[in-house]
Amino acid sequence: MDLSLLERFDKDNVVVEKLDTLINWSRANSQWYFQFGLACCAIEMMAAAAPRHDLERFGAMPRASPRQSDVMIVAGTVTLKMAERVKRLYEQMSDPKYVISMGSCANSGGPYWQHGYHVLKGVDLVIPVDVYVPGCPPRPEALLQGLLELQKKIMTETPLRKQA
Amino acid sequence: MDVNKIFESISTIEGIVLNSEANVIMVPSASLLAVADKFKNDIDLNFDFLMCVTALDNGDSENFTIAYNFHSNKHNHSVELRVVVVDGEGVPSLASIWKTADWHEREAYDLMGIKFIGHPELKRILLPEDWEGFPLRKNYKVADYYHGVPIPKDKSYWE
Repeated sequence: MDLSLLERFDKDNVVVEKLDTLINWSRANSQWYFQFGLACCAIEMMAAAAPRHDLERFGAMPRASPRQSDVMIVAGTVTLKMAERVKRLYEQMSDPKYVISMGSCANSGGPYWQHGYHVLKGVDLVIPVDVYVPGCPPRPEALLQGLLELQKKIMTETPLRKQA
Repeated sequence: MDVNKIFESISTIEGIVLNSEANVIMVPSASLLAVADKFKNDIDLNFDFLMCVTALDNGDSENFTIAYNFHSNKHNHSVELRVVVVDGEGVPSLASIWKTADWHEREAYDLMGIKFIGHPELKRILLPEDWEGFPLRKNYKVADYYHGVPIPKDKSYWE
């Protein structure tokens, strides 16, 4: 997608495109994600950020503050005690903000679905989720695909059009 | 020392019984502090390490068993004590004798609702402070909501 935009540079180095596309292009390729992990999925997220899988080649770098991040990767089991904190951190992020729910626990409660009296049954009960990454925990490749799916989703947006 | 010899050395204390099947010493809660004092200070016992405090629901959420696992690093011997309490009755806290007991007893209080008398700060350690009920009891019912967040129990759409 971003590559195709680049390929359209002709000999004059000029591309005619909507401003929406330019904004989406920059947003999709600078997804600074919020650096926090809740459980074992965070280990896979760290592995995805480490040089072998290298999230940064997609423009995703960890930020340690919600005010500087665009994407929240909810990596791990969200307990009811933590759910309020997660919600507050999400509210502190500046728009536009996206959420990737990583792993079975964040998607649905996972192994704690049946007997976890203290586990939130899916992080979408407190914050809106853009991409769900299945797995327990998902491999770094799966998280990468989730990130690429989010990029596709961002490219379909129309940020300059008035919101209904 | 094995459990028989340990039991013999503290057999003057009132009410203690040796359960030779499970190799544990049953102690009434009134005698717990006396046993603990002996365990800590007797030079032949010298239990310097409280490994674990475990709370068990005996099945009816009325009677609870608390198990203490002691180990002596000096003599390299171990023993388990068990105290049976009725719900609402307290057990003397061992936090003043073994520091380990502090957080272990708070956890037992948090999840099982066992009162430890003389504990320096008996409050919840894992769950939020406004949590209702003690979740590891057999008669615990999961709430429908926590701070407005639903805790769904209908699993039909999941399976």
